[in-house]
Amino acid sequence: LVESPIDVAATMALVARADAGAIDLFLGVVRDHAPDAEGRTWPVTLLEYEAYRPMAIAEMSRIVAEIEAAIPGVKLAVTHRVGALKVGDAAVACVASAPHRGEAFVACRRLIDEIKARVPIWKREHGPDGAYWVGWHDARCGH
Amino acid sequence: MRVRALFFAGAREIVGAAELTVDLAEGCTARGFVDALCAQYAALDAHRSSLRVAIDGAYAGWDDVIADGAEVAVIPPVAGG
Repeated sequence: LVESPIDVAATMALVARADAGAIDLFLGVVRDHAPDAEGRTWPVTLLEYEAYRPMAIAEMSRIVAEIEAAIPGVKLAVTHRVGALKVGDAAVACVASAPHRGEAFVACRRLIDEIKARVPIWKREHGPDGAYWVGWHDARCGH
Repeated sequence: MRVRALFFAGAREIVGAAELTVDLAEGCTARGFVDALCAQYAALDAHRSSLRVAIDGAYAGWDDVIADGAEVAVIPPVAGG
């Protein structure tokens, strides 16, 4: 969990090894629009991420351990950024190495899916109509 | 007994604090903890079904019993990635 720009090469280096013929990398990047409650899109200028830091680190470690146990031969690492991010900034880098590409793709996909579902990190989207916490729908009307 | 209650994101804005000391009855469960908060903060009650609870840094089941001195976090819908 970092507050400065993610060092993607350093994250990949955590899983590189001589017996891995495949390294899969997923980057979650801040995009310039988001869907609103009615399914329309609205522009996003800034995203603020916050974390329950000790639990976020613990939960990411638990997810990595679960997937590594479930898919033999796979090694995983993840770096998530918090703080104020602009359009184009990477918020998360997930990497998976494996002897072959099939397991690497599956493991990397499972890693980002579990992170999005479980890790206690929140983001506040800023657009022309104000700011709201993603997933906390009433907040947009209430502020 | 007393616990440290932590609030994040939208829940923090409703409660107006990132951390509170909360008095709970002995044997209080995660469900009882959220019930007590929702009784106190109507705006939080509106989000009741989307909240999860973590005890000492790990997700808790609704029937898990909270120990004296625990760190109990109200977890709104997460949005990492």
